[in-house]
Amino acid sequence: MRIGLFVTCLVDSMRPRIGFAAIKLLEAAGCKVVVPKLQTCCGQPGYNSGDRKSAEALALKFLAEFESFDYVVVPSGSCAGMIRVHYPSLFKDDPALLTRFTALGQRTCELTDFLANVAKPGKMPGNFQGTLTYHDSCSGLRELDVYKQPRALLTAMPGVTINEMVESTTCCGFGGTFSVKYGELSTRMADNKCQHIADTHADAIVGGDLGCLLNIEGRLRRNGDHATRVLHVAEVLSGLDEEA
Amino acid sequence: MQNTSLQFRNQVTIKLADARLQDALSRLQSRFVEGRSAVISEIADLEEARTAAATIRDRVINNLEHWLVHFEQQATACGAIVHWAETGADVNRIVAGIAAQHGVKTAAKSKSMVSEECGLNDALELAGVKVMETDLGEYILQLAKEAPSHIVAPVVHKNKEEISDLFAEKHHLPRKTGIAELCREAREVLRPAFLNADMGISGANFLVAETGSALIVTNEGNGRLVTTLPRVHVAITGIEKVVPTLEDVTTLLRLLPRSATGQSITNYVSVLTGKKNAEDHDGPEHFHIILLDNGRSSLVGSEMQEMLRCIRCGACMNHCPVYQNIGGHAYGWVYPGPMGSILTPLLGGIEKSPDLPNASTFCGACAAVCPVKIPLPDLLRKLREKQLQRGMKSWQETFLLKVWAWLALHPTIYAIATRIGVRLIRMMGGKEKLLHTLPGAGGWTDGRDFPAPSGKTFRELHKRGAGQ
Repeated sequence: MRIGLFVTCLVDSMRPRIGFAAIKLLEAAGCKVVVPKLQTCCGQPGYNSGDRKSAEALALKFLAEFESFDYVVVPSGSCAGMIRVHYPSLFKDDPALLTRFTALGQRTCELTDFLANVAKPGKMPGNFQGTLTYHDSCSGLRELDVYKQPRALLTAMPGVTINEMVESTTCCGFGGTFSVKYGELSTRMADNKCQHIADTHADAIVGGDLGCLLNIEGRLRRNGDHATRVLHVAEVLSGLDEEA
Repeated sequence: MQNTSLQFRNQVTIKLADARLQDALSRLQSRFVEGRSAVISEIADLEEARTAAATIRDRVINNLEHWLVHFEQQATACGAIVHWAETGADVNRIVAGIAAQHGVKTAAKSKSMVSEECGLNDALELAGVKVMETDLGEYILQLAKEAPSHIVAPVVHKNKEEISDLFAEKHHLPRKTGIAELCREAREVLRPAFLNADMGISGANFLVAETGSALIVTNEGNGRLVTTLPRVHVAITGIEKVVPTLEDVTTLLRLLPRSATGQSITNYVSVLTGKKNAEDHDGPEHFHIILLDNGRSSLVGSEMQEMLRCIRCGACMNHCPVYQNIGGHAYGWVYPGPMGSILTPLLGGIEKSPDLPNASTFCGACAAVCPVKIPLPDLLRKLREKQLQRGMKSWQETFLLKVWAWLALHPTIYAIATRIGVRLIRMMGGKEKLLHTLPGAGGWTDGRDFPAPSGKTFRELHKRGAGQ
């Protein structure tokens, strides 16, 4: 299977290791992974700020770069949701493009969804030892139905114990530009999440979207918690969860 | 009611710091979220039921004029008088006119959010009519001179102690502390109001076109008293509330109480059809139904039309993490939460509520529970598009969005810019790899550190074949 990996702008700039973790996981599952070199951003920041035009332009750029693959895999539910759910809605009045975007969307998967439901690999390369708690990021959960997939992959790892937090499906308060524009509100939401994480006494908080993880990590550290590790699910599954 | 949603940002700060409010809001989760979750599973075909409900609402709204005329004909045939009001002020004028016509001195009122849109109570007081709210929550708010903070549980922002204090002060009776005692005291105060009222005022959850009935869904029994005891009954509701048949209503009633209060069915569902006839034992001698537009008709046929499906269950606000943290008053008008963040700008003017469409993370919890499948985040996003088109966004935001979009469309320059950017921010993160402040992003760093990037971009590392 030829996979186009969309690393996302956030992983590209903030934590490249997640991109390499995704490659490792996909290759371990027997996929041939291609990383289109000119990829940038899916267009979500503009789209969610009311700038439909720039989102359309970036959607067309994305289509040109990724249409030829058997599957497009994204280590983010939020960006995968943009491609799968929102790209087709942007072109609903253009039948030819709508068909192409719908087909692209159907072949586009969030990473854990792809691993659990399409690639179905055997043993995970990672060797995480400890307890973790999982935060369900909103778009992956509600747009792509990603809930069981990361848990199934993680619980198959012998050293992993999942301590579920209460309200794991409640928003952490990130919301893209919301986190800066309504900082106070966003911080309170992050604080509620941090409390629920602390109550689990887990060694690590794990999730599938880097934006949420940066938000949660930022609040944990500000609150003086430097011990709880904040990891992307791809890092845990691949074993690339330690500093190089 | 005056729209103060321009004050949203200040209100957020105030509400987040209000310990009593936060204590009251902490009970939303168990009362409403878990309450809904416990009973919604009784509907085996939930997705089908939601689709059916949405279809019923769409069928009406796509042909609203037809169904309204049909309703008016049926209601009139049963002896009700239907009035059409374009604005809240028109409603107030019509109600005051009916009061004058029948020599009304006192009115007993059951819950009506549409009457809050109009500011009806104040208008009636000016016209010399004494109005008594009889829904327990609304009665408490009338005593406290406050507005509802939730469309189903109007007094959800207050805790029991506040209500004990309020009753003791206003009723001049010994302070009660138990919920049952407080309810009994309210009942004793309210009973004469029902018996003495010349006019009863209610809302209507649905208007049934085939029978000409106004239907109300309640728990306290005050709705029955208000609509049957006084000699004049005035029901006020929005034009979008019409539903073709009673059969259609049953589909909506499977969803409404479960979504709203976590009840399989409410204590009362009253179908009010026509005025009292010679053979009837009770009922009002005069039944007036006032249908308010207040901007609703302008949404028909627009890209915002789906908002008119709303059946006012409140599930969107109960499940909204923003509402859960600030309560309803911060939103500044009658309708709070996600549905309010759409209705307030649509009915009150987009320019008057710049924050409401933006104060959402698009988490989608609202749309996931909406019984009539309103795509609330999509509608909020459309409002953001309108804001951008009207130049309502700050120049900084518009500029940054433009720069980001331009860079993302120019991958080579994007690569250079991100390489420089991540190195710079990495340096600022120092040994700790955390930034405590970040120019231009105080909204983030006032409450959170910013984890530093690793210092190189994925694309440059990947190009060099670095496998970590």
